[in-house]
Amino acid sequence: MNRRRPSPATRCVGGRTEVDPTTGALGTPIVMASTFHQEDPGRPGPWEYTRSGNPTRHAVETLLAELEGGTAGFAFASGMAATTAVLSLLNQGDHVVAAQDLYGGTFRALTAVFSRFGIEATFADATDPDALARAFRSNTRMVWLETPSNPLLHVTDLRACASFARERGALTVVDNTFMTPLRQHPLGLGVDIVVHSATKFLGGHSDLVAGAVVVSDPDLAQQVGYLQNALGGVLSPHDSWLLARGIKTLKARYDTEEATAQELARRLDEHPAVERVYYPGLPDHPGAGIHAAQASGPGAVLSFDVGSEEAALRVLQAVEVPAVAVSLGGVESILSYPWTMSHAAMPPAHRRALGIGPGLLRLSAGLEDVEDLWADLERALGG
Amino acid sequence: MRIDTRLVRAGLGTDPQTGAVSTPIHPSATFAHPGLGRSTGFDYSRTANPTRRVLEQALAEVEGGVRAFAFPSGMAALTTLCLLFRPGDHLVASDDLYGGTYRLLERVFREYGLEVTYTDTTAPEWVEPALRPNTRALLVENPTNPLLKVADLEALGRLARDRGLVFVVDSTFLTPYLQRPLELGADIVVHSATKFLGGHNDLLAGILVAREPEWAERIEFLHNTTGAVLDPFSSWLLVRSLKTLAVRVEHQCRTAEKVARFLLGHPGVTRVYYPGLPDHPGRQILERQARGFGAMVSFRLRGAHEVPGFLERLRLVTFAESLGGAETLVTVPSRQTHCDMPSEVRERLGVTDDLVRLSVGLEGSEDLIEDLDRALQGESG
Repeated sequence: MNRRRPSPATRCVGGRTEVDPTTGALGTPIVMASTFHQEDPGRPGPWEYTRSGNPTRHAVETLLAELEGGTAGFAFASGMAATTAVLSLLNQGDHVVAAQDLYGGTFRALTAVFSRFGIEATFADATDPDALARAFRSNTRMVWLETPSNPLLHVTDLRACASFARERGALTVVDNTFMTPLRQHPLGLGVDIVVHSATKFLGGHSDLVAGAVVVSDPDLAQQVGYLQNALGGVLSPHDSWLLARGIKTLKARYDTEEATAQELARRLDEHPAVERVYYPGLPDHPGAGIHAAQASGPGAVLSFDVGSEEAALRVLQAVEVPAVAVSLGGVESILSYPWTMSHAAMPPAHRRALGIGPGLLRLSAGLEDVEDLWADLERALGG
Repeated sequence: MRIDTRLVRAGLGTDPQTGAVSTPIHPSATFAHPGLGRSTGFDYSRTANPTRRVLEQALAEVEGGVRAFAFPSGMAALTTLCLLFRPGDHLVASDDLYGGTYRLLERVFREYGLEVTYTDTTAPEWVEPALRPNTRALLVENPTNPLLKVADLEALGRLARDRGLVFVVDSTFLTPYLQRPLELGADIVVHSATKFLGGHNDLLAGILVAREPEWAERIEFLHNTTGAVLDPFSSWLLVRSLKTLAVRVEHQCRTAEKVARFLLGHPGVTRVYYPGLPDHPGRQILERQARGFGAMVSFRLRGAHEVPGFLERLRLVTFAESLGGAETLVTVPSRQTHCDMPSEVRERLGVTDDLVRLSVGLEGSEDLIEDLDRALQGESG
């Protein structure tokens, strides 16, 4: 009998594969030790020092690698620490092509930190293959993509971009935070590096800040591992355990949150106070076809434009069920205002040019009942 | 208030709602806003977290700085420090410094155009010849790792001020309980808080403390932007550790001195490095600028061939990397903490295979001395 590869839901739970051999405890213990006893100075044991490797962190790193279909996973103290390590693969004089509407924090790291070390970035409309090609230079070494993007849920053709970048000797990096490995496997589409803000859906409870990197290529794995240890932005054992604990419920959470987002997107789309809804699960979304070909669901984040700052503020002040906060992907629905929150690090002109206007709201659907959420939104929209 | 009182009071009164004496652990990644454009002061845990804030405030206070910042490792703190500079900037650093710092400077930031000269930083006359027009910073470990060389921080601080350099001191070995570099002229203090500050070998953390708001603002920006922040649980654990810092370090210093004196008289030991020994060249400096000599002792065996047997025979002392914890640890720097330094550099400095580094913990001094004595005499006991 052929052994079936466990489904993602089964892998998320861990189960028998993560039994502690000493005690039989289900799950890896929280090994807080900073250092490990060595038998022989010439032959270091499997664990030496927690920055370079920790059993609890290793358990969640292995799980992340398996879920993404990669060979090596790396857990960091935040999504930005993960991003910092990946950008540190570049050298002075290298050039990055990045999707123009990417997360404000990534934009800030590129323009305010890595630019000072001689790494240049060009921001391009990654949904348009010609625009992406035009942004390439002879020294382009990395392409940084988010799909669907934040906050406008633009969809990028990962297979086409990765293949284009590979022909020109550039690495493709995809921030897979919105889709999670349940819905999208960028490594299987030719992408070299997957990055996550694990604070979001992977952690899922708004109670930890973490980042992840997953790769397939052994050389890249070696380089990322080197930088994780050398730069030191590692995830703590306690939060590594909490992240693994969050992943156990990932499928149950994500399925429900996505179904809620889908329903809210449909209803918002018909609401007279809403000018436009951005959600790859709506049939008229320009990237719906590409998205359906490369991902197995539209996700649990949607954005909608209520036309003006006044209208947006009215909604933010009136809602009672979602939390008004930054971040997303938690069990609590979160309504945020990209104009002054997640994308404030982007210059106003850049924001406006992208369509991130003062009327835009981003909703991350949580686990509340969809009817409670809708009643609250409808009331807040004045409908 | 004296420093031991300040340390014990870390986090006290930070939860007026419940009056909790131990500061709460706030795992929340994000914070609800009272309204648009209004904030409780906390928006997102990467930017600021209430538990991490308590820790950072306590450390700023005990180091005498305006702001402190907590990172998930000492290396993450140093990475952020390096990001303060630009390509073409030149740094002067201690030649005998932690191997991880050396690796970061040589293998990561040199690629980005930071230039580094390593020199003896114990006195200004050794540092001055290394200075160039583009020198921006002086990075000094005090005492150094693993050879425990002591720098005259006040003299270096004057030099740094005269030449417009940022003066950074890695104070991991002494902690603010024993030495406060910001009061001696340093601009920024670095800690691997994994060591004495944490003190239990159960957490990894790094700290930067800035004396002036100008540097604090730049570090704050980079801390948030590059995202290497300490988690709330470890932040709480570190606050908890600060409460016993004074008693731990006092006890560890006393035992280290006894151990160093024992080793000095042992025929199996050819040299002992401990700044508290009367003939140590740094002793007088530390008497002036610190309130103790620390709990790190390095020593040489009669040859590299003696080391494996010595390590095997130890029963109480644990052979593991790291230092500063309640448990006494021993390492072989050339093979472990400093293995990323080229062998010719190690040879020149004296970080050779016969050198052993001891971090003295909280065990009874008689037990430790007995264990070392048996291991040195070749008895397997």
